[in-house]
Amino acid sequence: MISDITIGQYYGGSSAVHRLDPRVKIILTTLFIVIIFLCKNFLSLAAMFVLTAASILISRVPFRMFFKSLKPILPIILLTAVLNIFYIKKGTVLWSFWIVTITTGGLATAFFMAVRIICLIMCSSLLTYTTTPTDLTDAIERLLSPLKVLHIQVHTLAMMMTLALRFIPTLIEEIERITNAQKARGADFESGGFLQRVKAMLPVLIPLFVSAFRRAYELSFAMTCRCYHGGEGRTRMKQMRVHAADFVALALFAVVMAGVIVLNHFFGKMI
Amino acid sequence: MNDYIQFQNVTFAYEIEGEAPKPVLKDFSLNVYAGEFVAVLGHNGCGKSTVAKLCNGIELPQKGKVLVDGLDTADEEKLLTIRQRVGMVFQNPDNQIVATIVEDDVAFGPENLGVDPSEIRRRVDDALKRVDMYDFRRFEPHNLSGGQKQRVAIAGVIAMQPACIVLDEPTAMLDPRGRKDVMETVKMLNREHGITVVLITHYMDEAAQADRVVVMDHGKVLLDGTPRQVFARGETLKQAGLDVPQATALAALLQRDGLDVPADVLTVDELADAIAAAKR
Repeated sequence: MISDITIGQYYGGSSAVHRLDPRVKIILTTLFIVIIFLCKNFLSLAAMFVLTAASILISRVPFRMFFKSLKPILPIILLTAVLNIFYIKKGTVLWSFWIVTITTGGLATAFFMAVRIICLIMCSSLLTYTTTPTDLTDAIERLLSPLKVLHIQVHTLAMMMTLALRFIPTLIEEIERITNAQKARGADFESGGFLQRVKAMLPVLIPLFVSAFRRAYELSFAMTCRCYHGGEGRTRMKQMRVHAADFVALALFAVVMAGVIVLNHFFGKMI
Repeated sequence: MNDYIQFQNVTFAYEIEGEAPKPVLKDFSLNVYAGEFVAVLGHNGCGKSTVAKLCNGIELPQKGKVLVDGLDTADEEKLLTIRQRVGMVFQNPDNQIVATIVEDDVAFGPENLGVDPSEIRRRVDDALKRVDMYDFRRFEPHNLSGGQKQRVAIAGVIAMQPACIVLDEPTAMLDPRGRKDVMETVKMLNREHGITVVLITHYMDEAAQADRVVVMDHGKVLLDGTPRQVFARGETLKQAGLDVPQATALAALLQRDGLDVPADVLTVDELADAIAAAKR
C-alpha cells in the first residue's frame, strides 16, 4: 500500500537528458517555466509544446509516466478550463442560455491555459524522472552556494533534504510495522467517519514520532563519529562538470526563448 | 605491545535532571593494545555502551582520562583526529547510514575529512571491496538486508582509514546469516589489515572469537583474559548475569558426570573432538 510511493520518482536511463548536468537541468526547467508564462499567442505556445515533446522523446521516458504525473493535476486543469470558458466573453457567441454564454475567445483561452499547465507539469516531471534525488539536492546545494555570502546555511539545508530523502522509506516501513502492531491489538483504521479515522491514526503517529526522535538522536551520534562538522572544509567525491552537451541544451533553450519573444511581438497578443 | 586506547581510572555518570546522577563507570581502567581484537562482555546496563562512547570523545569522563594513541579525548582540538582514528559502528544500521546511495554513504566520512575527490573514490571502492559490498555500490540502503547495511556502515568507517574500530553490539538486530557475515568481516579487518577491534557484545559465541575478553559488571572489569581463561570461570560469569558459550556449558556438565573433557572448549567443533578423544 503506502510503500508504493516512489520518492523523487526517478526513472533510470542513460539518454542525453539523463546525462545532462543536474544544475543545468534545474536552470533549464526554471527558464522553461518563465518562458511559458511569457507566451502570449498560440504560435509561441506551439513552440514551447514542441520543445517539451522533443525533450520527452529524447529522454526515452515512456509517455505513460507523464500521464501518471498529470493525473493528480487533472481536476485543476479542468477547473481552470471551465472557469475560462464561462468567464471570458470575447469573439463570437457560440451558445447562450440564461446567464451562461460561451464564446470562441473563452474556448481558445481555456485551451491555451490547459496546454500551458500540461507543458509545465510535463517539464518539471521530466526533471525529476531523469535526475536522482541525490543529484537534485547536490545540484541545489551547488547552485545556491553563492547565498553563503548572505550567511544562509546552504549546506545545512541540503544536508537536511538528503537526510529527509534517506529516511522516507525507513519511516514508511515503520508506519507499516506500527499499523500492523496496533491492528493486532484490535485497532480499527477502516470504519467510522473522517474524524474517527483521524483519531484512530493517533496510536500510529505517537510511536512514529517517538521513534523518529530516537533515530535522529542516534543518527547525530553516528554523524559526529564520522567527523561531520558542517560544510566547512568538506569535499565531495562526485564532482559536477559542465560538458559540451550542457552548452548545446542551454543554447537551444536560449534560441526558443528568443523565438517566443519574437513570435509574441509579431503575431499579436491573445492572452 | 603498545597501548592504543587507555582508560585511566574513569568515573562516569549520566546526569538526568531532577535525579541524583547514576554512576555507570566507577574507577574503570582498561588498556586496549594496538592490533588486538578485544571483546567487551556484560549484561544490559553494566556500562559497556558507555565504554564505546568514551572511546572517541562522544562522552567525556567526569574523573580520570581516556587516551587514544596518546591523545586525550577531552582535548577538543584533537577530537577530529581521534574520531578519524577510532571508527564507530552502532547497533541499528538504519540510524547510521546518511546517504541515499551506498557509495555516497561510504564517501561521507572522507568527505568530512576534506580528502581529495579522486582519493575518496579510490578509498570508497577499496572499502566496499573489503566488506564484499562492491556489487551493491549503486543500491539504495533500504533495499539491503540488515547484515548488508551493517557491512556498508563498516565500509563507511574503514574509508576513513582508522587504526581502530569500536563496534557497539553490531549484530544485535541481525539474523544469524547477517551476524556471521559481519563477524567474518570484523575478523578479516583485524587479521589481514591489522585494525584494532573493540567488539561490545552480549553474545558469548562472538566474544569467544576474540583474542581477549573483558567482562564488565557494575561499571568495573570483572574478568580479563583470553576466551579460554574467561569462559572457564563459569560460576563468576553466572553471578554477573552472563552465560558461557553453549559448547563450554555442555563440556562442564559432561565433566561433572565424569567424562574426561577439558573445561575450556569454546566451539562445537572443539567439543566434538574432545568427546571423541575422551571416548576413545
